[in-house]
Amino acid sequence: MKHLCWILMCYLISTSMLQAESIPNVIDGVQPKVVKLFGAGGLKNLAGYGSGFLVSADGHIVTVWSHLLDSDVVTVVLSDGQRFYGEVLGTDSRLDLAIIKIDSQNLPHFDLKQAVSVGPGARVLAFSNMFKVATGDEPLTVVHGVVSSKTELSAKRGRYKVPYSGPVYLTDAITNNSGAAGGVLTTYDGKLLAMLGRELQSEESNTWINYAMPIPELQGAIEDIIAGKFTRRDPLTSTNKPEAMFSTLDFGIVLVPNVVFRTPAYIEAIQDDSPAAKQGLKPDDLIVFANGELVNSIQNLEQVFAQAIPGDDLQLIIRRNEELITVTFPIPRK
Amino acid sequence: MKSIVHRVIVLQFVFCLLCVCQKNASAQVADIVKEFEQQRVALIENMSQSVVAIFAPGGAGGGSGVIVSPDGFVVTNFHVVQGSGGFMPCGLNDGKVYDAVLVGVDPTGDVAVIKLLGRDDFPAATIGNSDELRVGEMSYALGNPFLLATDFQPTVTYGMVSGVHRYQYPAGTFLEYSDCIQVDTSINPGNSGGPLFNKDGELVGINGRIAVEKRGRVNVGAGYAISINQVMNFLDHLKSGRIVDHATLGAIVSSNSDGAVIVKSILSSSAAYRRGLRQGDELISFGGRPVRSVNQFKNVLGIYPKGWTIPLSFQRETERFDVNVQLAALHRRSELINEAPEEPQPEDQPEKPPEDQDKPFEVPNPFHQPPKDEPPAEYAHMFEEKAGYANYYFNKIARERLMKTVSDWGNFKAKPKGWALAGKVTNAAEFQIRFQPDLIASQFAKDFAVQKLDSDFTDVPPGSGGLLAALHQLQQFLSAPEDYFTDFYYLGSEPLDGTGPKTDVIITTRGLVSTRWYFDQQTGTFIGFDTQLEEYVDPCVIRFGELQKIDEIQFPTVLKIQHAGADFAELQIESLKFYEPQQEAQE
Repeated sequence: MKHLCWILMCYLISTSMLQAESIPNVIDGVQPKVVKLFGAGGLKNLAGYGSGFLVSADGHIVTVWSHLLDSDVVTVVLSDGQRFYGEVLGTDSRLDLAIIKIDSQNLPHFDLKQAVSVGPGARVLAFSNMFKVATGDEPLTVVHGVVSSKTELSAKRGRYKVPYSGPVYLTDAITNNSGAAGGVLTTYDGKLLAMLGRELQSEESNTWINYAMPIPELQGAIEDIIAGKFTRRDPLTSTNKPEAMFSTLDFGIVLVPNVVFRTPAYIEAIQDDSPAAKQGLKPDDLIVFANGELVNSIQNLEQVFAQAIPGDDLQLIIRRNEELITVTFPIPRK
Repeated sequence: MKSIVHRVIVLQFVFCLLCVCQKNASAQVADIVKEFEQQRVALIENMSQSVVAIFAPGGAGGGSGVIVSPDGFVVTNFHVVQGSGGFMPCGLNDGKVYDAVLVGVDPTGDVAVIKLLGRDDFPAATIGNSDELRVGEMSYALGNPFLLATDFQPTVTYGMVSGVHRYQYPAGTFLEYSDCIQVDTSINPGNSGGPLFNKDGELVGINGRIAVEKRGRVNVGAGYAISINQVMNFLDHLKSGRIVDHATLGAIVSSNSDGAVIVKSILSSSAAYRRGLRQGDELISFGGRPVRSVNQFKNVLGIYPKGWTIPLSFQRETERFDVNVQLAALHRRSELINEAPEEPQPEDQPEKPPEDQDKPFEVPNPFHQPPKDEPPAEYAHMFEEKAGYANYYFNKIARERLMKTVSDWGNFKAKPKGWALAGKVTNAAEFQIRFQPDLIASQFAKDFAVQKLDSDFTDVPPGSGGLLAALHQLQQFLSAPEDYFTDFYYLGSEPLDGTGPKTDVIITTRGLVSTRWYFDQQTGTFIGFDTQLEEYVDPCVIRFGELQKIDEIQFPTVLKIQHAGADFAELQIESLKFYEPQQEAQE
């Protein structure tokens, strides 16, 4: 009985004074799950480096969809210095999200299902390669702070208003630094909270905001992209296009149905009296290059059309039988 | 039965008490938190005493520093004192202004030492060990950001260690922050030169640089501090009053695709080459640390002054080599003296060292009249200008301190110029060495060797590295160093031969021959010397045994001689006689 008393008292005392695992140890546990990214950029204000984090044992990496991914090759460097060439598996521009895949196994990673949510005042750690301080096997930079608020994002970059206006964490830790986007926000015991956001300014105050995208907002899209069943829901292909956004249909080109992950850009039909008909395009033509860029998929092609500038020319190279034929469309001013 | 009920009641009471305590804890601040806060307040009061507010002449600009010993030596950044001249006013948190004199500078590492004057009991910081810092530990930065401390009470900021052993490229100047500490503790212009303390209030870094990018020159969560371990390696070098230089291995390294660090090119004149390092070799460890990237290599190199000997391990094919390498000087002397680092040019790099000369802020002048430009009369003698030195005065007094030990051997100056040294080579035959005004001659068993003093010094006896030349240097060092040597200065301190106890080093040169003279720091004993016949060869290494009394002078009982890593001979000294050289000629 006496022993029972003591055991119970000790248990109670220990639970009430439960010490969290030390921060240095928590950090050591997180570092293997975060990666350094190197890609396009390296010009003034456009860093050629960034951050990301692993969400699967065989190398799926979550990061922000940014100019970094514009290059053919994205280099991924793990916490132990191993280098991989990463392939962009899919992106969701609405969420500023991108998934990169490297070829590996048994990698330490975050389990998305174990991500948590917190409220204002919660202490947080942010892991990233801000300012490219870390190279090779050097660990990422860790900063600390608290969640200042959980609110709806209203942000811009230059004059471009960012489409996402869902919930974000704002922190007093300065995470709005070059190279930090795509890093992770965790609790003080290393639990996954959010992905560090891009270098954006508040719409209201023009100040640089330190925000992070909560995992629950991203989880669906991440899982869909990884599973290969992601369908774009962003304005680039929907009917509510902002002004001056073109599609293949505007030129009279009807493509084959876009069902598989990378449907080649075969023409299904050409509308009568359309610019495409006037240029001589025919069904079964395969659009191979658009404005000098290789067309990997219908998705790709639609993106090129969407970015067409009124007054410019749009050049397509198509393959018919064994021939390559170049056609050029003037882009009308709307 | 009753006792059990009794115990259960007690247990239930304890339960309730604990529950109540828990509930109360959420309503008001737990005692343990209050206690921690009190401890922190006390810690900060303690640390604040050692923080120095350094003012540049005219009252505009300046930075911070930290007292590292009670006699008043203060460590700060080179760029804080650059351009301040010999004297600068400093404020401590007792509200008083003290005069300080410049002691030594390390432009490459961005460190400088000054000395506060007027007391011998200044409150010094407790020195910590920067190698023990872990990412995630908290730290305090104390200093004078934005020059807010007009009352000399330092501003205190508290933040986390974000990275250790970081390498920061020289940004437009040759200031290189190798092996530095990265913190998100708020550091701003004016914090430069000030202390970074660990959570226990021990000094672990000197704040000097911040990452700046799109928000102007203010903290954005990435500050860099020079590690205190690096500063301590250089401390005696800085106290020597010189313009201190960093080290090079004499080789360029790069990473190959496997991540291994390979020697890309190597100077055949370097000590590393003489120890066997060649192009294409893979570095394994350096200075006791594994080398897995070029940054890590540079981090090790950056924390040592030139002249230190440190271990190096490398691999060729499957063979591994472990050697000790003496580090050469990184810069030519003229580079350090003439090229004072300019203002960093705005480059497309996010990091720039905060230069305090061009303050964009309104600076309140802590002095109601402009501070006097002339040094205070009583201290004026403590600053002596001389080419190659930050303040020659400190070199002079260090040299004098060590030469006192040498003079304990006796008054060699008064002795005749002819010396005759005789004894026995351990496990071998007798030897004799004759010192004449025009030559030195030796006889080992049947082997004779002569070194004429009017021709080039050479390796005689062969394989010794120039024993006769070395002994000639010793004779001059004992009798007339100021007359004979062209350079004669205190260098600083280093571990003897890389791994031994800390020794003070004096350097002398005459022609091409240079010698390093070693004094044990703990006992002050004169323990030996290395003589190098010219710059790119291995020296003749001589270490002294116990001293013996010979008439009115003292001389070692044994001279242990080594060269190029191998033993040459051990000379048991049996006699040292002095004679007027004319006598010899007459005989």
